Amino acid sequence: MPTTHAPPVRSWLEHSADPENVVLNIGPSHPATHGTIQIVAELDGETVKRADVHCGYLHRGFEKEAEHHTYHKVIPYTDRLNYCSALNNNFVFADSVEKLLGLSITPRCKVLRTLLSEYSRIADHLTCIAASVMEMGAMTAFLYMMTVRDYIYEHLNHLTGARLTHSYVRIGGLARDLPQGWLERLEEVLKFTEEYVARIHGLLDRNRIFIDRTRNVAKMTTAHALNWGYTGPILRSTGLAMDQRKDAPYLAYGDLDFEVPVGIMGDNYDRYYVRMCEIDESISMIRQCVRLLPEGPINVDDRRVMLPEKEYVYTQIEALVHHFKLVMEGIRVPAGEIYVSHESPNGELGFYLISDGSTRPYKLHIRAPSFVHMGGMHTLLEGYQVADIVPTFGSMNMIGGECDR
Amino acid sequence: MANPDLKHVLNGLFEEAIESFGMPEIRLRAENLLAVVQRLKGELGFELFLDVTAIDHAERSPRFEVVYHFYSRLLNSRVRLKVAAPGSEPAVPTLTPLYGSARYMEREAHDMYGIVFTGNADLRPILLYEGFVGHPLRKDYPMEAEQPIVDYRQ
Repeated sequence: MPTTHAPPVRSWLEHSADPENVVLNIGPSHPATHGTIQIVAELDGETVKRADVHCGYLHRGFEKEAEHHTYHKVIPYTDRLNYCSALNNNFVFADSVEKLLGLSITPRCKVLRTLLSEYSRIADHLTCIAASVMEMGAMTAFLYMMTVRDYIYEHLNHLTGARLTHSYVRIGGLARDLPQGWLERLEEVLKFTEEYVARIHGLLDRNRIFIDRTRNVAKMTTAHALNWGYTGPILRSTGLAMDQRKDAPYLAYGDLDFEVPVGIMGDNYDRYYVRMCEIDESISMIRQCVRLLPEGPINVDDRRVMLPEKEYVYTQIEALVHHFKLVMEGIRVPAGEIYVSHESPNGELGFYLISDGSTRPYKLHIRAPSFVHMGGMHTLLEGYQVADIVPTFGSMNMIGGECDR
Repeated sequence: MANPDLKHVLNGLFEEAIESFGMPEIRLRAENLLAVVQRLKGELGFELFLDVTAIDHAERSPRFEVVYHFYSRLLNSRVRLKVAAPGSEPAVPTLTPLYGSARYMEREAHDMYGIVFTGNADLRPILLYEGFVGHPLRKDYPMEAEQPIVDYRQ
């Protein structure tokens, strides 16, 4: 492999491929690479001999930006990591800052964050399954799932004011409490989701075409998955029940009763099925959260992070100065470093945050599951057919925003 | 809790072990990295290599610290390793022989900080592109820096 390359990134297959074989380029802008990713594959007939996966086409310098913004201004950036489940990203970030500050959030906030994490997980899993089955031709299942997803987004819109990029978290709490009637509508959406998930099970589970395309395709063992850093539903599809919600319960997960669904073969079918089962578990967890949801404030009572009440800002100079300092300078986080990770829909989402005691992060690094998953994806493509690239890639649920940051 | 175990298994191979927000943090020298990670993986079940990144201390010497995170199912615990690297030609050994996931993550740290992972044969840019000048997460890389326009692909 030469040490210098002509710009932009070259695949090493261009130099090393067998001249008998064909080198095929897919992406970065291809209808099946939802998200921008480039797969260069060396083909022997229809079989992928070797593959070279490139990402980075959506790199926006998230980590550099974060070093130049106050802690609250980083929240909208975290939305744009995994934009299918923006709330999960919000909560990990807030959790890491709160731990450095030594804050413990209120019981109501804790349960609400758990509820919303699971709600986002449903939307994320639906998006992933919908996109990957649509590429296999299952248009009805796609439309069903998109319908459900849109109900969820509209419902979250009612709460947060945005369908996709919610920016709903605040350090030490949440932007606002639940609007009236939100929980009633939640139950309606959950019932609707259950009904449609049952229809999708009926359409796909024993569908011959679906099984032929996914069973025994891109199979892997648990050892292989661990070696390549797979976490989340992909790792669980190999049969290992590793889930941070169980292993190291955070938020209110310790109080919830739920199962960790696992697969057997670690193939595309199992990845589909594990995600479907997780949707069922999430629905049950949300209902438990609704029952657990205590009354009380959603924000901590801590002047280091919370804006003062508006009526005091307009009438008292101390409150006005306090408001001004928090907005203009931002909150001051004690020096220290911390790695906080949650079980995001895709796997372990970790925030490695270093503070030097100022109002901006000294360093903020994201351990993005999608990025690590892409690092091992070539092993799942090699040896299978060209046509398998699309369902395999779909089952990885690569999200460009999170992968490329 | 995991700290006594760690200290026992890694006896003599590390310089300092502290606890940071419940996570053991071990500082070690670059030449001991492979041996330490081998023991962590083999004896304490740290099978999942989570993350590698670096910290640029700018005015401090040595300038860089390469930071690793691992997870062990056996102990149900995470561990952080820190290896110092000098400001000029920072280099640490690669972990690709032990973990497949090291491949991509080391490429990213190489992109962002210019850390050379000795032994990793594939350090092509991953989030950046060929022709990108500098390492954007270094503290001396200005926010508003502009990049030269690269030629079209032939």
